[in-house]
Amino acid sequence: MTYPPSELAIGLFLAFVAFTLGLSFYLGRKKQSSAGYFAAGGGVPWFVNGVAFAGDYLSAASFLGICGMIAFYGYDGFLYSIGYLAGWVVALLVIAEPVKRLGKFTFADALDATFQSRGIRLAAAISTLVVSVFYLVPQMVGAGALIQPLFGFPHWVGVVIVGVVVTIIVATAGMASTTWVQFIKGGLLVVFALVLTILILQRGLTVNASAEDLAPQAIPGGLRPSGHIIGLPNGEISTGPLNPISYLGTIRQSDVVQWKKNADGTAYVPKYTNGSDLLRPGGSPTFAGLRSDSFAAKLNVISLMLALFCGTASLPHILIRYYTVKDAAAARKSTVVGIATIGGFYILTLFLGLGAMTGGSLDVTKENMAAPLLARSFGPWLFALVSAVAFTTVLGTVSGLILAASGAVVNDLLVGYMRWTLPDARKVSLGKLTAIVVGAVAVGLGIVFEKFNVTMLVGWAFSVAASANLPALVMVLFWKRTTAKGVIASILTGLAVSLPWILLSGETYEKVYGWPASSSFIPFSQPGLVAIPISFAVLVVVSLATKKKNNDAPTS
Amino acid sequence: MAALDAPPLPDEPRNPVVEAHNARLGLWLLSVYVIAYGVFMGLCAFGQETLAQPVGPLNVALVYGFGLIAGALLLALLYLWFSKTPAAGDTK
Repeated sequence: MTYPPSELAIGLFLAFVAFTLGLSFYLGRKKQSSAGYFAAGGGVPWFVNGVAFAGDYLSAASFLGICGMIAFYGYDGFLYSIGYLAGWVVALLVIAEPVKRLGKFTFADALDATFQSRGIRLAAAISTLVVSVFYLVPQMVGAGALIQPLFGFPHWVGVVIVGVVVTIIVATAGMASTTWVQFIKGGLLVVFALVLTILILQRGLTVNASAEDLAPQAIPGGLRPSGHIIGLPNGEISTGPLNPISYLGTIRQSDVVQWKKNADGTAYVPKYTNGSDLLRPGGSPTFAGLRSDSFAAKLNVISLMLALFCGTASLPHILIRYYTVKDAAAARKSTVVGIATIGGFYILTLFLGLGAMTGGSLDVTKENMAAPLLARSFGPWLFALVSAVAFTTVLGTVSGLILAASGAVVNDLLVGYMRWTLPDARKVSLGKLTAIVVGAVAVGLGIVFEKFNVTMLVGWAFSVAASANLPALVMVLFWKRTTAKGVIASILTGLAVSLPWILLSGETYEKVYGWPASSSFIPFSQPGLVAIPISFAVLVVVSLATKKKNNDAPTS
Repeated sequence: MAALDAPPLPDEPRNPVVEAHNARLGLWLLSVYVIAYGVFMGLCAFGQETLAQPVGPLNVALVYGFGLIAGALLLALLYLWFSKTPAAGDTK
């Protein structure tokens, strides 16, 4: 389907961009210390940091991807919501306070607090850069994919706009401007998700499918707005306004139209599905293994859910936010605010997705457009606002990623590993230079990977972070026999197991290389279930083996 | 707004007893959530029929999913309530 560019959406997006840039220049007008540039001087209020956590974490994958997945497949998108939020429990209960106490700029500070090891700095920097790049690519490609239908610009224009704006945000005031952009974005996202949910509940559910709506849709000329209900409980035609429980309960007892490509790929044909089937796991290609008899397919899903659980607390761009508040108590409080904000948003995404599934505004070819098109069904202003917020979503997450990469290069690689002695001002200028370079690389990757199946990359980032970073972080904090060599071995093993596992998996064979998935010898595609335990085990074995040679066990 | 040229923050007070208390509390609460999350994953993989069972107007999958999200917030609030903060005079 093609969409006429919305001048209102373009205008609002430009207003958002102007505001964020103005804010960045305002915050960056004073002389900056490295503590100010990389950690906002530790002066961010805990509530602001909590909402900024949401702004940092709720990427385009969360907002557009989860809404789209629920709109197309039902409950399975909600599985992602559950997994993404569960990771925050680990962050709060295990990681937040010690990381804040032991660190200053990067998560390697916490790992290396007792050891003073160049190897840990190098390993942590490599891991940070790998995870950040995996996470950056889908954000940049997502920006390009969004700008085409929303504003009518080519893909590369969207990538360049986001790259330039984000680089300016990070290079002007670093963590301070990044924090406020993320705070604004996090707040806007929750507010507009709430507004849309209220409108969905007020609209209720209506049998809205005519005979024309149910005819096959030829590709590309015959595509039309979709997403219909063909039967409500008790033969009702319309429910009127519903409360949240009644809304879900009514959908569970209704019949809904889904669309599947036909065998020769020339058209989308309708498939009538009962709501009770939609509102349980396993309806999407990603989670189809849950309904199969294949044990390996089930392990694949469990492995993904494990990576989501363990990955959040080891994402470098999330961990650096703990250094922006004044103490461990503030880190604790801000994480609770983050959990409330993110959890609330994820509950709303279920209603947004189901509202799009049944609201008659879906584009069967573009899962990620479900939320903006749902907004358009309520009027042009809401469409324009939600489109602009979707772009702000990309800005907030990408700025956090670039800052994490910049901090890793300056603080871990140059100062920590290469032992450069840099004056404070030089650290800041190198940080800004690195941000510009990373921003340019991100733009390049966003353009090069335009056709790449990028939705997998976010899952990969979680798997790699969980495999490489979490075992080292947890063991440094809780096992007194941990040694520097154990930490290094654990990080490198996590990378060395998870990356090849991903690159040789059946999913990558099929979706990236175009080879048959069955020709891969890897039993299931998600590496977490294997790589995380191996990384833990290697840390224990190497630490025990090197204990006598290194008097470097942590004392805290 | 956060000052960019602010001097470094002073080291925060440290109290090993408080830190150990918070760590223990965190691990206990985490173990509760790990069990709940693990059971959910097990049901997803091997208990599809259970997840489809009705619970009032909803089903087990929806109620359990909302429960995990609400449970995360509940545990977070419990941790916030029962965790301790080092006093200003503690070791730095």
